[in-house]
Amino acid sequence: MRTAFIEELTAQARLNPAIFLVVGDLGYSVIEPFAAEFPDRFLNAGVAEQNMAGLAAGLASEGFHVFTYSIANFPTLRCLEQIRNDICYHNLPVTSVAVGAGLAYGNLGYSHHAVQDIAIFRTLPNLRLLSPADPGEARGAVQWLSANPCPSYLRLGKAGEKHLYSSPPLSPDPVVVQQGNPDVALVATGSVLSIALETAALEAAAGRPAPTVFSMPWLHPASPATTAALRSFKHVICLEEHIREGGLREMLASLLPRSIRVSGLALPSDATVAVGSQNFLRAAAGLTATHAQQLILSRDDDA
Amino acid sequence: MVRPLMIPSTDLAAGIRHHALRMVSAANASHIGGVLSMADTLAVLYSGVLKVFPDQPGHPDRDRFILSKGHCCAGVYAALALRGFFPLSELDSYGQDGSRLMTHISHKVPGVEFSTGSLGHGLPFALGKALAARRKGLPWRSFALLSDGELDEGSNWEAILLAPQHQLDNLVLIIDYNKIQSLGAVSEVIELEPLRAKLEAFRWAVREVDGHNHADLHAALSSLPFSKGQPSCLITHTTKGKGVDYMENQIAWHYRAPNADLLAKALAQLEQNPS
Repeated sequence: MRTAFIEELTAQARLNPAIFLVVGDLGYSVIEPFAAEFPDRFLNAGVAEQNMAGLAAGLASEGFHVFTYSIANFPTLRCLEQIRNDICYHNLPVTSVAVGAGLAYGNLGYSHHAVQDIAIFRTLPNLRLLSPADPGEARGAVQWLSANPCPSYLRLGKAGEKHLYSSPPLSPDPVVVQQGNPDVALVATGSVLSIALETAALEAAAGRPAPTVFSMPWLHPASPATTAALRSFKHVICLEEHIREGGLREMLASLLPRSIRVSGLALPSDATVAVGSQNFLRAAAGLTATHAQQLILSRDDDA
Repeated sequence: MVRPLMIPSTDLAAGIRHHALRMVSAANASHIGGVLSMADTLAVLYSGVLKVFPDQPGHPDRDRFILSKGHCCAGVYAALALRGFFPLSELDSYGQDGSRLMTHISHKVPGVEFSTGSLGHGLPFALGKALAARRKGLPWRSFALLSDGELDEGSNWEAILLAPQHQLDNLVLIIDYNKIQSLGAVSEVIELEPLRAKLEAFRWAVREVDGHNHADLHAALSSLPFSKGQPSCLITHTTKGKGVDYMENQIAWHYRAPNADLLAKALAQLEQNPS
């Protein structure tokens, strides 16, 4: 996903002279083509994220649309107050880009797991939170941002995510990825959309109606379209690689009528000390297609 | 209202002190000590050093001035009103319900570039502006005025490390070194000395002045950059509460607001001893 991001950012930078990329000394073998093509619109701010976010706001106040790029929690939580005060309060066009959403950095450990970011960024003023599921959605997010510069957080996966579907241009609307059961919606944000699609395939293979699968690359702020798209379902099941508190499920539960059952799979809020790959850690947390299937069949809100 | 285009810096300093004292007294607000320590620096900046356009606060050719010690905004609001950015009468609304004069500096006020209040934010932002001017080939300069206690914040040192790397000689750091921070003397909380040597070791061009001597302030601020290719730092040695005897060097006046009697006493002293 990071490759799609940088390719699209480079393409947009050819069209949009305001685009400026600031990196926090990360992005080896990713950001070099941008730096080579646009040396006047590139800066390595070093291993110093507070300064990176603050100077990005300064650049943005002079007409640039700045993308700050780093991994995991470094461009977000490490400099959260700079994002809150310098960027969001002043309503300046800075996009904080974090690679490694959720458990993508697997065995690098808890320091590298971005699992509270959705909850925190949903509370910031003026901010758009974009959470693409695959390289196509990542490109769509960059295209939208280039046309709509604003305080924003782009929550990217890492590398090697498969192309999951042919995504439409980004809009605030949830995207129907696969039509299915009109009563059961499986709503994913980020790369766990692949788990939603796997769940649908397993249900179909078992001879049951597959759920309707949605992707929500536009996560915050919710639009009226979010509610409109989901209010005809009886059961909305959320998939998110994030702790349950403050994430997608809580967001949709607060938006949808109480008559709709909202359940989902998320990560436990306890800090994990387990060591393993993204898939290993997802399985350990119950974030799998099998668990999603149980949720579809169960009467309880948790599998 | 027609105001003179330029005000002598001593007059401006007296006006800043007079209005700021009235404002914090009426609002029962804190931080007058740090306003008075930087009043002369502000006066010299706003009486000819900074290129400003009071009728067009956002004029593209203006110098950018960032107050990082945002709690001392009463002095900047007074300077801006005295220079004609907005009516002097508006100063009476400082901190009052419905006012735009927040008691930490607000970018909603004409002439203010950036809201601060949490320390350690102004210099990185000013660095970003300096970098923008450099990359666009524009001649204006970017100033950040910081407190001494604020230098405890690591974010400042991140910016201090980065600025020389890009030869940002259009970036000016001014330190209001009044030697007193929130809970005690700077030397007792976290000693900054040797401050000049620290900044020089970080590859800045540094000068030190008596921050209440207008001729010295003017001479230093008129010779920017101090060294071509290096960011400039001016350490202004100041007295917290300068100009009001019962406030000078008293930590309590980081917090207290003068009541009507004390205000009258302070204003009388200013009349007798204009800076």
